[in-house]
Amino acid sequence: MTYTIEGKTGPWELVIGLEVHAQVISEAKLFSGAATSFGAAPNHQVSFVDAAFPGMLPVINRECVAQAVRTGLGLDAEIHLESRFDRKNYFYADLPAGYQISQYQHPIVGRGVIEIERADGSIRAIGITRLHLEQDAGKSLHDQHPSKTYIDLNRAGVALMEIVSEPDLRSPEEAGAYLRKLRTILRYLGTCDGNMDEGSMRADVNVSVRKAGEPFRTRCEVKNVNSVRFVMQAIEAEARRQIAVWEEGGVVSQETRLFEPARGITRSMRSKEDAHDYRYFPDPDLLPLILDPAWVEALRAGLPELPDAKKRRFMAEYGLPAYDAGVLVAEQASAEYYEAVARGRDGKFAANWVIGDLFAALNRTGRAIETSPVSPAALGALLDLMTDGTINGRIAKDVFEEMVASGDPPGEIVARKNLRQVTDTGAIEQAVAGVLAANADKVADYKAGKDKLFGFFVGQVMKAMAGKGNPALVNDVLRRHLA
Amino acid sequence: MPLAPATVRRIAHLARIHIADDDIPRLQGELNGILGWVEQLAALDVEGVQPLTGAARMALRLRDDAVTEGGIPEKILANAPERAGDYFVVPKVVE
Amino acid sequence: MSLTDLTLADARELLARREISARELSEAHLEAIEKLNPRLNAFITVTPELALAQAEAADRAYAAGEAGPLAGLPLAIKDLFCTEGVRTTAASLMLENFVPPYESTVTARLRAAGAVFVGKTNLDEFAMGSSNMTSAFGAVANPWTRAGDAAALVPGGSSGGSAAAVAARLALGATGTDTGGSIRQPASFCGIAGMKPTYGRCSRFGIIAFASSLDQAGPMARNVEDCAILLTAMAGFDPKDSTSADRPVPDFHAACTRGVTGLRIGVPKEYAAPGMPDEIAALWQAGRDWLRAAGAELVEISLPHSEYALATYYIVAPAECSSNLARYDGVRFGRREDGADLIEMYERTRAAGFGAEVKRRILIGTYVLSAGYYDAYYLRAQKVRSLILGDFTAAFARCDAILTPTAPSAAFAQGEKMDDPVKMYLNDIYTVPASLAGLPAMSVPVGLNQEGLPLGLQVIGRPFDEETVFAVADKIEKAAGFSARPALRAGG
Ligand SMILES: [Mg+2]
Ligand SMILES: [Zn+2]
Repeated sequence: MTYTIEGKTGPWELVIGLEVHAQVISEAKLFSGAATSFGAAPNHQVSFVDAAFPGMLPVINRECVAQAVRTGLGLDAEIHLESRFDRKNYFYADLPAGYQISQYQHPIVGRGVIEIERADGSIRAIGITRLHLEQDAGKSLHDQHPSKTYIDLNRAGVALMEIVSEPDLRSPEEAGAYLRKLRTILRYLGTCDGNMDEGSMRADVNVSVRKAGEPFRTRCEVKNVNSVRFVMQAIEAEARRQIAVWEEGGVVSQETRLFEPARGITRSMRSKEDAHDYRYFPDPDLLPLILDPAWVEALRAGLPELPDAKKRRFMAEYGLPAYDAGVLVAEQASAEYYEAVARGRDGKFAANWVIGDLFAALNRTGRAIETSPVSPAALGALLDLMTDGTINGRIAKDVFEEMVASGDPPGEIVARKNLRQVTDTGAIEQAVAGVLAANADKVADYKAGKDKLFGFFVGQVMKAMAGKGNPALVNDVLRRHLA
Repeated sequence: MPLAPATVRRIAHLARIHIADDDIPRLQGELNGILGWVEQLAALDVEGVQPLTGAARMALRLRDDAVTEGGIPEKILANAPERAGDYFVVPKVVE
Repeated sequence: MSLTDLTLADARELLARREISARELSEAHLEAIEKLNPRLNAFITVTPELALAQAEAADRAYAAGEAGPLAGLPLAIKDLFCTEGVRTTAASLMLENFVPPYESTVTARLRAAGAVFVGKTNLDEFAMGSSNMTSAFGAVANPWTRAGDAAALVPGGSSGGSAAAVAARLALGATGTDTGGSIRQPASFCGIAGMKPTYGRCSRFGIIAFASSLDQAGPMARNVEDCAILLTAMAGFDPKDSTSADRPVPDFHAACTRGVTGLRIGVPKEYAAPGMPDEIAALWQAGRDWLRAAGAELVEISLPHSEYALATYYIVAPAECSSNLARYDGVRFGRREDGADLIEMYERTRAAGFGAEVKRRILIGTYVLSAGYYDAYYLRAQKVRSLILGDFTAAFARCDAILTPTAPSAAFAQGEKMDDPVKMYLNDIYTVPASLAGLPAMSVPVGLNQEGLPLGLQVIGRPFDEETVFAVADKIEKAAGFSARPALRAGG
């Protein structure tokens, strides 16, 4: 089913392409030796090169190139063994040289693909047009002074990967899924931390609308949207605006716009009015970037297992349903955690506990999985206590909560609190007899056909045994007594 | 293709150089003189010729990923025409 | 002989033998500057304190037996090289008060070799010009004048201040930069030697950029040997410049005396076009004769695309400069004019900070890169550049060095050729081809014209074969026996 927005003249389709700027993880900047870390005091991570002082020259950082290649490989894309750097010329207060060094005609990475999963579980392949390396700009602060803009160049010159998709996306949800998937892949690769709120991943959204079967209409670019949710909202808002323009007999003109989350609208960007003649040309300070195929192969060999492959393997190796596998591989840390628990145990059983109890506990305590109070080994041990019959599932929930609270190993908690499952039939017989005697009226109802009361009896027996009865044995004994 | 006054203005704006209206005709003449002269290249057949970007006969050298610069805000800001604290300052930009 | 008349090599000898002190040598030059610079305007900034401190350090180094190869030698530095703590202007109002907190690699190497910096020399604004008339700090006067005519002549450009300073004996040598002839043409106009090395031989780090794919630093001195001594100190690999060549620096000084026996010297047939002044043609012929007499073989070569070199250059260089000079925006350094908003601030700053020629080139460069014109101008020029390089590659299969005149005329008067920019551009007709191809090329003074003005010949070499260029130039210099000195000079 194609996603459409209903206008006055009927349904409209959306055509969406994303340009994602992903800040490369590296110690130093793309063309200078200044640091890249976030949050330094203004202009403290700036070299003369970053501030474009007279006579300063760029020298490229090998790791930034490696990160771009890794990302390209992770997107199943062509790696261009020869690429070039161009200058994109425009004036802006936080663009010190008056040009951005970017890759226009010959990017380092060519066509690739990202598979996204839609809500109905179906898979769509979204084309990647290209990935290129470029410099980030500095930061303009417009709110520090009524008539001045303040400039901090700490970010100027940090390496960015611009990842451009084909106009293959057809709904805000698909765009959201694409962004989340891309972020997952980048995080797996360790090439970008994907923190949209720190600006290390930002999206420019190209949106147009059309009637079914039409060729593309004019698109507008909504710049610098900084969360997945805002991207989805911006697409919706911009599509509705364009539909209204077309339906009122107007013409959408190609322009750069800005999304205002508070008002839920996009508006034209004044500062970009005349910036469209970028006068790209090859940067004469830099030479062609030639990659050694052996180096690229070494980078390929060093790639981690990526989410799609891991998901397929989890399904095959641990017998997980697609949904569980998908949830577990969304973050590399949860996948690793899960695998440490599942190895040598029942995969589905382990998945239930990780996705259910563990994720809930992390959520509740506001902890990341990397700092989980319950280690994979401890959770594994808890699972083992259930499997070998030491405790039952009910008690395991309590033990788990105690593990979260105290950090103690499950065996110790079970021993300390005497939570071992009771498998002594004598004790169970005794408890059953007591419950049945105390509830003679319900026994009569049950025997008269009220089958549902069986659960009540189980509950009462377990209660009488402080939860420690072996559930299977309790069932057996009860059934026998009630027969 | 001689430049029209409007083109001179457009280029000057792209280059962020203010040109007084009085200067446009003179500049137009000079620029057209230069452009007309370089037009001689149109006579050459360059079909199939690979463009030469620079004279260096090398590929790009890659440097190690190490922090070797920065931490010198005073030097970076020393020549600033206007500053506030450790920021450069410009007239307000409206986006 | 007066201290200011020494060659660099001789001065070094005397210093090493401690027959003279670096301090007295520097003082002699500083005095000469004080006396003559008001008339020549060769220096924008004179640095006596720095020079004397360096001279005293050199004297201590000589005493300790630790003197560097240039210890105590007074040099003039083109004011395009950033010098830490010393104002660096590029002869532009834009950088009138700019004091770099860093040092260019070339000047750092010279400092490390023990050189003494007497000051920063005048140039065409941002190195754009062939006359020094575009400097915001006023024109430079050529120390030479026409016989019987006191009219001030241009020293050539853009390294005109350096050329004038060396010719007038205000320094033993100087640094220049050459983008399309900016070392060689002023050397020819001022009767000194100047070498533009192979692109990549000297680091561009810290040199204010004009056209990055063409800019090269090089030495200017009163003879070939002195240029060789200077280049040996200036050249070398620099990891801070991505276009710097990672190869060893030969002993250029030793190469000067190699001789030319068995060398094949190419003479491009296209350069002998009608319109070449007779006296230049005659000197060019003399150069051929001297080399043949010294044992070289002369071969006719063809550089068929040379006639397109200037037009190519005047697309490529402005395109690069339009981008390189975008950083002068009034935000981080340099001049700022107030404006109601950012764009107005930019436009007023750049209108006030740049002179007419710089603006012209920025506008041309902006135009040839702009949407719709890139292919017709810039891309086409790059392709012609490729053809020009191809011409040289083919020629060097047949010869080891190429001999041409350096400039189509001797020095002209201040104010001449100013009415039409293209007329001025034609000055570089013989120097630009080697620039586009990135080849080493040197101008050597060979004689005077009928008006008593110096003229030079140009020797062009294979990439990174400066040694052959020095060997050939040295032979020409010795044969020509050029000993004339300008009227305006220290001790003159
Ligand atoms: Mg973009
Ligand atoms: Zn970008």
